[in-house]
Amino acid sequence: MITAKSRGRQLLLQGNEAIVEGALAAGCRFFAGYPITPATEISEVMSYRLPAAGGTFIQMEDEIASLGAVIGASLAGTKAMTATSGPGFSLMQENLGFACVAEVPCVIVDVMRGGPSTGLPTNVSQGDVMQARWGTHGDHPIIVMAVSTTQDCFDITVKAFNFSEKYRTPVIILSDEVVAHTREKIFLPHPGEIEVLDRIRPNTPPEWYIPYEDNPRGVPPMGIFGDGYRYHVTGLLHDVRGFPTQRPDEIIPFMSRLFRKVNQHFYDIQVVEEESTEDAEVIVIAYGSVSRSARRAIREARKRGTKAGLVQLMTLWPFPRQILEPLLRRVRAVLVPELNMGQVSREVKRINQGATRIETLNRIDGNLITPNEILVRLVKL
Amino acid sequence: MAEFTKLIHKYLRHDKKFPHVWCPGCGNGIFLGALIRAIDRTGFEKDQIVIVSGIGCSGRISVYVDFNTLHTTHGRALTFATGIKLANPKLQVIVIMGDGDATAIGGNHFIHAARRNLNITAIVVNNSIYGMTGGQYSPTTPYGATATTALYGNIEHAFSIAELAAMAGASMVARGTVYHANLLDELIEKAIVKRGFAVVEVISHCHTQYGRRNRMGGAVDMLRWQKESAVKIDKAQTMTAEELTGKFTIGVLEDRDLPVYTHEYNKIRDAAKAMLAKAG
Repeated sequence: MITAKSRGRQLLLQGNEAIVEGALAAGCRFFAGYPITPATEISEVMSYRLPAAGGTFIQMEDEIASLGAVIGASLAGTKAMTATSGPGFSLMQENLGFACVAEVPCVIVDVMRGGPSTGLPTNVSQGDVMQARWGTHGDHPIIVMAVSTTQDCFDITVKAFNFSEKYRTPVIILSDEVVAHTREKIFLPHPGEIEVLDRIRPNTPPEWYIPYEDNPRGVPPMGIFGDGYRYHVTGLLHDVRGFPTQRPDEIIPFMSRLFRKVNQHFYDIQVVEEESTEDAEVIVIAYGSVSRSARRAIREARKRGTKAGLVQLMTLWPFPRQILEPLLRRVRAVLVPELNMGQVSREVKRINQGATRIETLNRIDGNLITPNEILVRLVKL
Repeated sequence: MAEFTKLIHKYLRHDKKFPHVWCPGCGNGIFLGALIRAIDRTGFEKDQIVIVSGIGCSGRISVYVDFNTLHTTHGRALTFATGIKLANPKLQVIVIMGDGDATAIGGNHFIHAARRNLNITAIVVNNSIYGMTGGQYSPTTPYGATATTALYGNIEHAFSIAELAAMAGASMVARGTVYHANLLDELIEKAIVKRGFAVVEVISHCHTQYGRRNRMGGAVDMLRWQKESAVKIDKAQTMTAEELTGKFTIGVLEDRDLPVYTHEYNKIRDAAKAMLAKAG
């Protein structure tokens, strides 16, 4: 559990507003965005909250420019974020890859709506799970988190900023139309109770600074434009000094470090929430708004004598394999309900390796999967 | 030691693995010289300057100079620069783009950056061709010219980059050539110290990809073409439209004082803080 529900201010907020609160609490002081349903409220609330906090909001000419400005602001030392939905997220893929390769901390919120293309702008979906993982070209590691409640929106946004700063990587938050627009109770912890992490800055004399030198964490200290550590930032594959290279003996260590810095910290990055899994015979693996239906369904199933459990994925990528594998070997069957044709269930099947039976429950009509739909399937598993 | 050698030692990176990527005779070298002379004259510290570049031959400049440097994605240099300037307005942000970079893939960012009027210097090195990818037609390739993707002649019409920037709302717009190197130093210096969005279009040449294919000769011939085609802006005002056919103007084409974005945004911050204080 990563929430601090016991203390703090109690408010009634929608998910999009809670994401803004989380970002501000995490130290975000720059937001660039472009209007898009169902993410627009994030821009609107940022536009009046950020200037009062001494930060900057700007509405750019498109989503490509939004993420470009976010990366620029981060390089100049400000924690920065953008928010969009599927079509805008597609436009961001180019600069997302840049942020991965240049190792620029930033947070991107994708409030998922029905797709493909313009799709179902005002309806819920979970169709961007694979776009978040593989949308930008080339091999790259990425951290993707999913939110299911207004409280999650706050907590996970803080966590997303912390991960992006700690590992110098873009972090994607996948929200969806239901979470974004549901108004519910939220407890905002006091500022002093929130763990906020900042990127590690170099402390060597500038002339000794080697900007992309490896270390045990795999995350080099990050110089900020203007603080005396003049160095080169590029989307080209580069050597330890940041200069473009085509030498295999420089490319291999760079790419390996990029993957290692995320993969070796899986225990920190992979966040899940389990309910009633200790003695479960069947489990539901769910994320986002669907996990709310799933939680209700397993509780109902227990009342009817089915030993059901829930694993709610907060981290979608890197896929929480280390946490799921032991569970898959223990249970009789697994149900993966999601609002797409089977993006996470495909990953569950991949890591399952035939250990147990995986069933899917998919809905792509723009409506939420109800607790009853899950319950009906659960009791038959 | 020659004066310029001192500048080379001061502003070019010592730890970079030279040689550079440019062809012998390329206009980018002259432009790079003008850039560091202009920066030196402004007196800014190296730590204060951020060079942001796009993709293409001119985009490689950021690798060679000893400032805070950022080599962005194709066409997006101005968007990154916008974020840098907003996050730290004390930094002097100079953006270097090519013609394809700034007006094709980055055309939308270019006009919006001009309209927005941040205190950024945008330099577009215009050689009328996509040089790095091997000579495809760009938005500034003249009508009728040939390129590897226009073997039968280009049927599109060229942008005038400087005029485009002026119409889009830039505070200062200038055009120079790599032939008129002294003027170029002055124009770049003016653009850097100008408060507001300042654009310098630098007419350059690509003899390798454009000149050869369009029978314009080598680098020297193309420099001669710049000398003969460029008309100083004050002289152009005394000339007829007929006399100006096939020519282009050089000098400061637009210089006006407009509200600067970061200054305006500070007012928004004050208003937001006042409103918050009032609400308690």
